[in-house]
Amino acid sequence: MNQPSLVDDLKSGLDAPICLTWELTYACNLQCVHCLSSSGRRDPDELTSAEAFGVLDELASMQVFYVNIGGGEPMIRKDFFDIVDHAVERGIGVKFSTNGAYLTPERAQRLAATPYLDVQISLDGLDAATNDPVRGKGSYAIARRAMDNLADAGFGPFKISIVVTRHNVGQLDGFKALADRYGATLRVTRLRPSGRGADSWHELHPTSVQQREIYRWLLEHGADVLTGDSFFHLNALGEQPLPGLNMCGAGRVVCLIDPIGDVYACPFVIHDEFKAGSVRDAGGFSGVWRNSHTFRELRRPQSAGACASCGQFDACQGGCMAAKFFTGLPLDGPDPECVNGHGEPALKVAGPHPIMAVDHSRAVPILLSRR
Amino acid sequence: MLDRVLTRHPQVALRPEPFGALAYHYDNRKLIFLRHPDLLTVVQSLDGRRTVAEALDVAGVASSRRPSFLAALQSLLDSEMLGEPALTR
Repeated sequence: MNQPSLVDDLKSGLDAPICLTWELTYACNLQCVHCLSSSGRRDPDELTSAEAFGVLDELASMQVFYVNIGGGEPMIRKDFFDIVDHAVERGIGVKFSTNGAYLTPERAQRLAATPYLDVQISLDGLDAATNDPVRGKGSYAIARRAMDNLADAGFGPFKISIVVTRHNVGQLDGFKALADRYGATLRVTRLRPSGRGADSWHELHPTSVQQREIYRWLLEHGADVLTGDSFFHLNALGEQPLPGLNMCGAGRVVCLIDPIGDVYACPFVIHDEFKAGSVRDAGGFSGVWRNSHTFRELRRPQSAGACASCGQFDACQGGCMAAKFFTGLPLDGPDPECVNGHGEPALKVAGPHPIMAVDHSRAVPILLSRR
Repeated sequence: MLDRVLTRHPQVALRPEPFGALAYHYDNRKLIFLRHPDLLTVVQSLDGRRTVAEALDVAGVASSRRPSFLAALQSLLDSEMLGEPALTR
């Protein structure tokens, strides 16, 4: 059959996203140094419960199979369970991401009794000494207590979600063992220089030696470890691609709805440059998904630009758009973590990195370096 | 495979797309791409009464195209999106 490849089909966009991320609130009890959404304070213009239900009704009519709910800390919203129940009743699966602070034994029971629901607890170190400098004082203990509560409630296989940094690469085996002990699934994703990550990325992102380690480790564990398809830039390291679609889905198969209803191409690009519209616009979410100029541009064939002369472009696809944008690199050039070393010279001559459209960080000092 | 009677798992949803359809299994959270509109027709026709051969006829899939359709149906069986009528209820 002379069919276009699946990736080609997907790059031109779908009638509706396969899944989307919905940050329910910018409010958060933590202030992680790599927070993609620069969360902290609640935005007074946050979508109301009624507006949230309306978005879910629309997603149901578009047959979106599931939403990834995050924040901020989504469980801070008083209508958190109403939103979850509304989604599930309409056949939309919910996968939500939490730091665990509000995941009491009672709430763990309630979550365990809800169908089509997945929970992932964020953790960035195997001990407080590794985790807390990134996620905040006490956050390791909070996360472990939430995991214990889910396990005690018989939730089943929840997920433990790790952002790989320079300081926890060596703990990957330990994270896997921890997940196995809980009967949980391990999810590891790439650190992005988005949100507050723009300031911490340079000292947290894995070294080039560590990138090889990550690639080998992921290949070894295959589909047992989830990655959100976030490491496709590493595919240029070898013949064998990592499991997954290995393409950037921004605005093509995924997108982000932020707490005030603005729609962006992906969770890592909360910036005007990638804003497609708002669920509050006349055409609602589907109008934005189908007609926005931003998304239409992303669905057109993209130029390989400076990467065209590199034989590895088909493997790495030029890497992550957000990683380039927030390190001040051109979008049609190498990823800042290009495994062939084309990122570092580009970073040396890069302009200042663009700053977030919206910053909800609290005015408190943020734990940054442990050195 | 051709004479097997199959049906869709009740927790599987199909969403038509220009290239065919997406199939999502709400129980095991697997997502599969059906890469041809005729394949969607075949899967929709598998209602627990028809054989695979009959469903291929419904969609007008000529014998020369059958191997790729059978391979796709096998992956749907492997991911439990399709099964014997008794097993999926």
